[in-house]
Amino acid sequence: MLTIKNLHARVEEKQILNGLNLDVKPGEVHAIMGPNGSGKSTLASVLAGREEYEVLDGTVTFNGVDLLELSPEDRARAGIFLAFQYPVEIPGVSNANFLKTAVNEVRKSKGLEPYDSKDFLAVMKEKMKLVEMDKQMTTRSVNEGFSGGEKKRNEIFQMAMLEPQLAIMDETDSGLDIDALRIVSNGVNALRDGKRSFIVITHYQRLLDYIVPDFVHVLYKGRIVKSGTKELALELEEKGYDWIKEEVEA
Amino acid sequence: MIAEIKKEAVETFKRLGFPSTKNEEWKYFNVQQILPDQPVFSAAPARLSASDLTPCMIAGNNVHLLVFENGIYRADLSSTGAIENLVIGPISSLKENQTFKNNFGKVVSFGTEPFVALNTAVDHEGVFIHVPANAVIGKTIHILHVNTNEQSDHITSIRNLIVAEKQAAISIVESYHALNKQCNGLINVVNEIVVHESARVELCKAQLDSDAASQINFTQTIQEKNSTFDTVTVTLNGRLTRNNLHIKLNDTNCTAHLFGLYILDGEQLTDNHTLVDHAMPNCFSNELYKGVIGGKASGVFNGKIFVRKDAQKTNAYQSNKNILLSDDATMNTKPQLEIFADDVKCTHGATTGQLDEEALFYLRARGIGEKSARTLLNIAFVADVLNNIKSDELRETLQQKAEAKLMQ
Repeated sequence: MLTIKNLHARVEEKQILNGLNLDVKPGEVHAIMGPNGSGKSTLASVLAGREEYEVLDGTVTFNGVDLLELSPEDRARAGIFLAFQYPVEIPGVSNANFLKTAVNEVRKSKGLEPYDSKDFLAVMKEKMKLVEMDKQMTTRSVNEGFSGGEKKRNEIFQMAMLEPQLAIMDETDSGLDIDALRIVSNGVNALRDGKRSFIVITHYQRLLDYIVPDFVHVLYKGRIVKSGTKELALELEEKGYDWIKEEVEA
Repeated sequence: MIAEIKKEAVETFKRLGFPSTKNEEWKYFNVQQILPDQPVFSAAPARLSASDLTPCMIAGNNVHLLVFENGIYRADLSSTGAIENLVIGPISSLKENQTFKNNFGKVVSFGTEPFVALNTAVDHEGVFIHVPANAVIGKTIHILHVNTNEQSDHITSIRNLIVAEKQAAISIVESYHALNKQCNGLINVVNEIVVHESARVELCKAQLDSDAASQINFTQTIQEKNSTFDTVTVTLNGRLTRNNLHIKLNDTNCTAHLFGLYILDGEQLTDNHTLVDHAMPNCFSNELYKGVIGGKASGVFNGKIFVRKDAQKTNAYQSNKNILLSDDATMNTKPQLEIFADDVKCTHGATTGQLDEEALFYLRARGIGEKSARTLLNIAFVADVLNNIKSDELRETLQQKAEAKLMQ
């Protein structure tokens, strides 16, 4: 589904990704861990199409299409979803109106009829249950005045509404208490249908107790330096990153 | 008496002349660009028909309607109905009304205002409304101006006087339209508004004239004890537009809300000059003006707040926020607070910037195209001004017009 080859990228003159390779097949959950500054969020940003990130070398293909050629909106329409580490507050745009516009633009790109208000409400109601969303969260402005937990739940709610093929979760667990973490993880797990793939970027093994990955990768200095299964995450939790750094430097 | 006021206005205008950009108050508004060499003060011939009004009925059809074409009252197109006690009509037919005589030229002072002096000095037409004590007027009054003049040497003078007696309430819409894009000229408007004890006046000004026409207006209110004045000024069209809005809180416990929105493109210029004069204690004023400026257009905001020595326990808030859509768009904003009382709460703030790039990316990352995303954010930006328009029909119409302009 997603193939990243030899990806090099920089932001503001600083090179962050240095030859990253990753292959994600349908239905797989890949966790990406790594110390601060290793390039985890840069990878998410490059995949979602943030303009301030410049790709210097390498390729990213998504279902056979050159992803790097697409605008952020075309990536979203093609089925990529980024759950933001810091969801943006947008005063004056209601959550419902925003999502209706987004869902209908994505549907239009697939040649589907846009939802009318009644159908949209029905779909929304069903998906709200996934993340235990309050009805009033949909009438409020996007993320405005939301708590950290509400913002992350709103990300997963949007994911459920947009039904992407590949979801990239950028430190979705940061700033969440145990209850919010459980709600968010339950939402994600409900969306695991054997076809949808996930890239879960996280600092902490804790999240991976809830969202159990098929693969765990360690990102260091802009490259994946070690890959394994969920046991690798446990080992990292126990031993930290120093032993991996030593292995790489050796 | 009125003859004397007019005479004084002539003298004042002779003394003041038209302002130049060297005058600090007119620094960004070059009237020379719009003044004809030989101004014509008589109206262009009438040609407006009832069907032309359909797109102008922005507050719906269930209104008391007063139609003016090039400043001349069109009784045949108007419908004020019979409203018990309420005196309403063109000032030309109400000059002998005692309340009119008692108030005309007494609210506004033209000593330093050349366009007010000019308006007072020349023949003018407009609406006089006298709301008697305790009368609550349920239907909106719509004062509808249509510009059908295609000769650029016309200066149209419009004069309105509104007096709301004790505990009266009235809602007025003042709108400006053009028959077509070629209509032009300069419209010079003066509004005098008296809000007596515990009365409430709402005024919404919608500037939808052609982009070839210009307007200079001056609204002066005087508020008495416990009264409320709420106003929203929406400028979407017009070449050069100057809105002067002076609020005088002349007794205790008055409330005033001032909202403004300007969405400009091409070479439009809109200059909002406001003054909130807190003369007495325990009054509240809140002001929010927002602008979205594209093309080579420019906006000006000059907001003065005076808190006089006696005006203790004043609450006065002011905010001006702008988005510039292009490199050639400009905004000049200047808040001016002069506070002479010591126990007051006053805040002001002004921001001018681009659209929030983070918000834009967030919307695009959800599949919303860049143009739609920009429009959505701009519409959200202007919403908290338009949301203050109380009439559903008027608010929705102006929202649609604002959205249409933001989508261009």
